[in-house]
Amino acid sequence: MNILKSALLGTAVAALTATGALACEATGRVSIIGNEFPAIQTVAANAGACTGIDFSSNLTADHQTLNVAGMSGNPAEYTTAIVANSSIVALINEDVIRPLDDLVATYGADIPARQLITVDGQIMAVAFMANAQHLVYRGDVLEQVGLDVPTSYEEVLAAAEAIRAAGIMEYPVGGAYAAGWNLAQEFINMYIGTGGEFFVPGTAQVSINNAQGVEALEMMKALTEYMNPDFLTHDSNATSAEWEAGNVALMNMWGSRTGVLMDAEGSEPVVYENTMVSGPLTVGDSGTPATTLWWDGWTVAKNISDEDAAATFIAMANGVSPAILDDATMGQAVWLMEGYTPAPVNEGVLASVAAGSTPYPMRPYQGLLHTALGDNIADFLQGNESAEQALADIEAAYTAAAIEKGFLQ
Amino acid sequence: MKHASFFWFVLPSSLMMLLFIAFPIVSVVTQSLYQAHEQVIIEVENCGPFGCTTETAVDTQATAALREAEPLGQWAGLNIYKDRNHLAVDEVTAAWVNADGLPDFGRALMNLPFYKAMAFTLTYTAVVTPLTIILGFIIAIAVNAVARSLRGPTIFFSLLPMIVTPLVGALILFWMVDARGILGTALQWLADDPSLSVKASTPLMWIMLMVYGVWSSAPFAFIVYYAGLQTVNTDTLEAAMIDGASRWQRIRYVVIPHLVPLTTFIALIQLMDNFRVFEPIVSFSAQAHATSLSYAIFNDLGGETRLLSSAAATSVLTIIGVAILLSPVLVRTWREFGSPR
Amino acid sequence: MSVATRRSPAANTLAYGFIIIWLIMAAFPFLWTLWGSFKVEGDFFSKADWANSIFGTLTVVETGSSFTGDGYYGAWVQEEFWRAALNTTIVCVCVVTISLTCGTLGGYALSRSTYRYAFWFLICALMFRAMPPITLVSGYLLPFFEWNLWGHLSTTIIVLVAINQPFTLWMLHAFFKNIPKDLDESAMVDGCTRFQAFRHVIIPVMWPGVITTGLFSFLLAYNDFAVTSMLLSKDNQTMVPKLASFLGTTQTKGNVMFAVSAVVSVTAPLFVMIIFFQRQIVSGLTAGAVKG
Repeated sequence: MNILKSALLGTAVAALTATGALACEATGRVSIIGNEFPAIQTVAANAGACTGIDFSSNLTADHQTLNVAGMSGNPAEYTTAIVANSSIVALINEDVIRPLDDLVATYGADIPARQLITVDGQIMAVAFMANAQHLVYRGDVLEQVGLDVPTSYEEVLAAAEAIRAAGIMEYPVGGAYAAGWNLAQEFINMYIGTGGEFFVPGTAQVSINNAQGVEALEMMKALTEYMNPDFLTHDSNATSAEWEAGNVALMNMWGSRTGVLMDAEGSEPVVYENTMVSGPLTVGDSGTPATTLWWDGWTVAKNISDEDAAATFIAMANGVSPAILDDATMGQAVWLMEGYTPAPVNEGVLASVAAGSTPYPMRPYQGLLHTALGDNIADFLQGNESAEQALADIEAAYTAAAIEKGFLQ
Repeated sequence: MKHASFFWFVLPSSLMMLLFIAFPIVSVVTQSLYQAHEQVIIEVENCGPFGCTTETAVDTQATAALREAEPLGQWAGLNIYKDRNHLAVDEVTAAWVNADGLPDFGRALMNLPFYKAMAFTLTYTAVVTPLTIILGFIIAIAVNAVARSLRGPTIFFSLLPMIVTPLVGALILFWMVDARGILGTALQWLADDPSLSVKASTPLMWIMLMVYGVWSSAPFAFIVYYAGLQTVNTDTLEAAMIDGASRWQRIRYVVIPHLVPLTTFIALIQLMDNFRVFEPIVSFSAQAHATSLSYAIFNDLGGETRLLSSAAATSVLTIIGVAILLSPVLVRTWREFGSPR
Repeated sequence: MSVATRRSPAANTLAYGFIIIWLIMAAFPFLWTLWGSFKVEGDFFSKADWANSIFGTLTVVETGSSFTGDGYYGAWVQEEFWRAALNTTIVCVCVVTISLTCGTLGGYALSRSTYRYAFWFLICALMFRAMPPITLVSGYLLPFFEWNLWGHLSTTIIVLVAINQPFTLWMLHAFFKNIPKDLDESAMVDGCTRFQAFRHVIIPVMWPGVITTGLFSFLLAYNDFAVTSMLLSKDNQTMVPKLASFLGTTQTKGNVMFAVSAVVSVTAPLFVMIIFFQRQIVSGLTAGAVKG
């Protein structure tokens, strides 16, 4: 019943029947903490399908608050945490997850090497899906104004101007620009696209108050001229809603969110039939795509018995085995397992990977910068201060936080 | 009341508050005086599905040794309180010295997160608290005048803003005030301005947050007053009527004095809750336009790297702020405390 | 309140007029939600045209009729929302009972003590309440995980009671202040102990205040998100965190309507409850005990 309760029922049943034939046996406790989107529900359901284990899962939006505390006790409440490249650093910093080399050697021989996340030569996590932001566009609208699919933000601006001039849409550009995490993420994309470095190499000293920082902010501001004036409140949910309402023709969006935009629910046929995805955009002439690559993967807690660790490893390996892929689960994510065949919605993420985009940095202090960015960019976009002042504010806010966390003295 | 019986009467409450509030407060104050250990940073090679990169990482073994030596972290004294993300003592001093007149100083101050949050919080508290009390009082008087058979449903509907969980309530209201939502469209029509958008403008966002604040807490003041009205001494009211007092005079000289202790209570609770305003800011995604101390705590605790000391310091500042804010009401309570009524 | 009803027609019209305006303001968002809960998400949160929510344009396209019970089916049958409702009932009943028991004892003592320490006790309680709950809850996590207290309903109940205790004490203190001292003091002159006076004289007349306070304890427990979302395991989840899981960080299509439908459907029992207790508030009065 645990599984049924904690997972989306339809997915769980489909997944359970799919893996019913799979032999998976282990003895010990398996307890998962992780986020709650469908792909993770599928993984958890399949991990719980193993026989002989004492299984429970807590898939919730608050997982980041719970995972460190829940893994700090001895024995840890959670034997595994599902994390992304941004959130694994908190677990490594607090030293609550164990290296998996011995477990991989004993039980994980068939896990492909590209799924293994190594830090300083030690395997710390097993990745199972990838994600990235990329361009989503309305094929029919671009056709009407007679333009090709944009490959750079400069072309996006030109296309937006053309669409507005043709009277098709007042605010043709969309984007998750909600102040906070989303807005910071957009800046990180853009700043990477300009070729900027966030930190003085090898140190926690921030260095974004430079020409690239200004360029990134100016480009963001230029884009917001073509966005709905409410852009600072639009997270990725609200941006998707704008898209489905047919108000937007061009946006930089998460690959994981494009599936729902292209299905028949929630929008008019003219919108969902013409929703297309393409690769990441560039900005300026640096040639680096203005996007970041993300993976989601699972870890094993440090403060648990070897038996529980082994059981957790076996169950989670089963949860992300190629056997979980079927018609229902294939479209949920860009899976990293063998046997995954991408659907058209996933081409954007694959194009981002193929374009050699930068992974979101796994730095211990990147999260602090992310928070500082999210708090201070909105002032600039609202026209309350200059780009240089906004960047100086971000550096000052980050520095105070980094001193508190011991990264700077 | 005798000391012994007082002790036994308050024992269960005190025990619970001691365990779950007083001890945590002590630990929070302690936390706010410490900062994390110096992190030993090394360069490592990270590999994954997207190839390998050279990156910095925390040397967990070296850091663990430091932690072992001093489990609480480094003593920071009041440094966290004084840093830029809190009271920003150095920045304020610099701004004062460099400022070109008072407006310029004000602008510099508003660029600091703590003072920006205080500006909104204090405005919000000053506007919402009195309006809530007045609105709640009027509703209570009016509901009391409604025929008895209709009172049940009237009370229920009056309580709806409190009953519907803010999680979903705010989601719906957030959509309603959107430029394309029903309330947003109504506002555009009223203002005769098709480009009007509440979510895009700071002043409108402030007004909306305050309207929401009054709307959602008026039921609280209403129901307290309504219950209080049920205990108004009917003999006094009768006597006042016989003496020829008008309805207004009866309210002014009999009902309102009777409700004073309840008003003190509502004012205390409302001042405190409004000073800690948090939920509407998150629900309406208003953080670009308005922040508060509680929001700052949420932000510190919600990031990928949690700033525990910073959140602790802001919590202590919140308590101090509440204490200052409530002091006039408390002095009043102090004077009338123990006085026979 | 026979006196209150004797008034001029003009005052009556004013009162009724005001009440009608207030009720529209208070109830409109809810009624709108009630209507919208029978639509699909695309209509209810329509960015294309708000009138879609009234006419159900996309609902007709997607389900063939302009009303759909999909949200209700999804929430109650598919997602087993009744489990969360059951947990909420347990939490609310326990929180209200414990809060009121401790609170009436404490509140009564505070209202009757004339010593200064009672005042300082109240001030401490008030300052305790000033502590933002998110800081408190994040502080609980480590010890609760360590001592294996995390995830249980009982832990959450005690925490909710404790966090709301300052409020309960203050509110009951304010109400007890309104009950004349002569009442219990004369009983004590007649030979009752303090507790007997409380038991036989105060308890019968305290109900309007206690029920009002109980209503708030109930609503606090019922609507709490900060504590329940952090301290309950998946199996013991109450309604509000369950609703949050319907919404999710990445809103899965259709699930938002589960949350909307669930919110609408749990309002009905509250309606019955409030109608019932409204009579209790008045019956406390008609017992005729509160006389100065």
